[in-house]
Amino acid sequence: MSQKTETAKKPVSRKDMTKWQWTLKEMSNNKTGYFLLAPFYIIFFVFTILPVILSIFFSFTDFNLLETPNFIWFDNYIRLFLEDDIFMLAIKNTLVFAAVTGPGSYLISLLMAWFINELPPKIRAVMTLIFYAPSISGNVYMVWTYIFAADSHGFLNGTLMDLGVISTPIAWLKNASYIMPIVIIVALWTSLGTSFLTFIAGFQIVDRSLYEAAAVDGVKNRWQELWFITLPYMRPQMLFGAVMAITGAFGFGGVITNLVGFPSPDYCAHTIMHHLDDYGSSRFEMGYASTIAVVLFFMMIGSNMLVRKMLGKVGK
Amino acid sequence: MAKLRIRKSNHAMNRSLGGDIGINLVLLVMGAFMFLPMLYTVMQSLKPLDELWQYPPRFFVRNPTLGNFSTLLNLMGSSWVPFSRYIFNTAFVSIIGTVGNVFLSSMAAYSISKMKFPGKKMLFKFVVWSLMFHTTVTAITNFWTMSKIGFVDTYLARIVPACATSMGLYLMKQFMDSSVPNSVLESARLDGASEIRVFWQIAMPMVKPAWLTLVVFCFKDLWNAGSSIYIYSEQYKSFNYAIQQIVTGGISRQGAGAASTVIMMLVPILVFVITQSNIIETMSTSGMKD
Repeated sequence: MSQKTETAKKPVSRKDMTKWQWTLKEMSNNKTGYFLLAPFYIIFFVFTILPVILSIFFSFTDFNLLETPNFIWFDNYIRLFLEDDIFMLAIKNTLVFAAVTGPGSYLISLLMAWFINELPPKIRAVMTLIFYAPSISGNVYMVWTYIFAADSHGFLNGTLMDLGVISTPIAWLKNASYIMPIVIIVALWTSLGTSFLTFIAGFQIVDRSLYEAAAVDGVKNRWQELWFITLPYMRPQMLFGAVMAITGAFGFGGVITNLVGFPSPDYCAHTIMHHLDDYGSSRFEMGYASTIAVVLFFMMIGSNMLVRKMLGKVGK
Repeated sequence: MAKLRIRKSNHAMNRSLGGDIGINLVLLVMGAFMFLPMLYTVMQSLKPLDELWQYPPRFFVRNPTLGNFSTLLNLMGSSWVPFSRYIFNTAFVSIIGTVGNVFLSSMAAYSISKMKFPGKKMLFKFVVWSLMFHTTVTAITNFWTMSKIGFVDTYLARIVPACATSMGLYLMKQFMDSSVPNSVLESARLDGASEIRVFWQIAMPMVKPAWLTLVVFCFKDLWNAGSSIYIYSEQYKSFNYAIQQIVTGGISRQGAGAASTVIMMLVPILVFVITQSNIIETMSTSGMKD
């Protein structure tokens, strides 16, 4: 990589030094640059890049934090995919959950940001706050446990019973057939975060004169305007928003645990995140947990790649 | 330079009346879905005990009381470690972590955005790439790393990783790219200012929206942090963790639980309200190139 930047910047090919010497010289001329980024990158490598490399390494061992690890090669992967029934359930749940909350939160963020952008500035600021607040307010999502409480004092049960829709209270958060839809609703409720703000900002920087030009060119309604002008213009924001939405969709484990407990009834809301936590911090099977982490890691990177491809088609 | 456009009139071309009504209707419904649970939390925190256990349940409070908040205070008084310790822990970690992240991220962002040296593109690619995976993937392995370097069960376990977030560097770098003109830096360099001085006295004041944004993002994460797998000792645990523990102690504590949620959510919301316009300005530069 350094060679690539070097050739790009090198004005003429030089005879008096090799590429490598040139690179070294450039490096020593720019000590301040390295000095400024060193503190950040040292921490970043130790706590963000190193764990990925270590996980891949540990996933081929039977490491348990106490004994010296032995190489067992693909045994962890075989056990994970062929013998661990709960993991298969976790994969299914994670895919269902992420496939709904990821695109769901993305589309809601985009649509709401678009609609909010049509409002006058003062109201826009208030609406932005209303939509963004649930995602920054810590564990405010616990309010859903009051709403879905299992007895007649729970808001939903009480109201439904009062209206005569049901006669006995439903244990919403204990019943496997209700849990998944409920955690998805709650996850969506808390998910209008960074990507939502990015879209709010993105809509505001679109060059207004483009709309006038488009109107002359025959763009007839706001949907065409959105598809042919706004979205292509804010493609960088859309890509960033997508990355945030995907990363978020895989990170809701804590919300699920706080709502329905761990393990969830019949493992119906058991995701890969829970499986990872279970083996990593309760059973201390580092090797096996690392294998789960590696699988999760490639799922995240894979879905990001897929979405990048899809976003390339916007406005065409 | 990223400047926000304030629309002069609300009436624009290509807007049908039906569309306007539809949009406002959707906003109203979705807004209610977002806002009502927040309001319900506040209502619950103000309800006296008999209203909390009323059948059928009411959404609005009739006789608002601060009783739940005083119950919460009493419960705090009976905790293992003096409660002020938990508050101190969260405040300490949030402030040091936030300040650290703003400093380290902007230093590195300045270096990558405004200086030329081999390897910087690759270093930035690492950061963009790491935005794509959630920290759950790294948490377990980091436990091993932290136990090796003696961070487990200390403040360092929470503060140090928070000081170098990929989000922090990414936002700062993107904002510097678009908002700090190279010509200004160049003329300062020609006047003989050292690179550190150019960074601190010229670039940093120009990226105020970006570091305010980073303050909000970082602070809300650290403030909301609950239990951590790296912390065992009671005296290092966070406010959020402690408050969760005492309010889940019994069903009679539902009101106190709502009161604690209200306290927890007030701080990030307040910080966001104050800094909103700066944050929107920063996010407008956050786009990612294919």
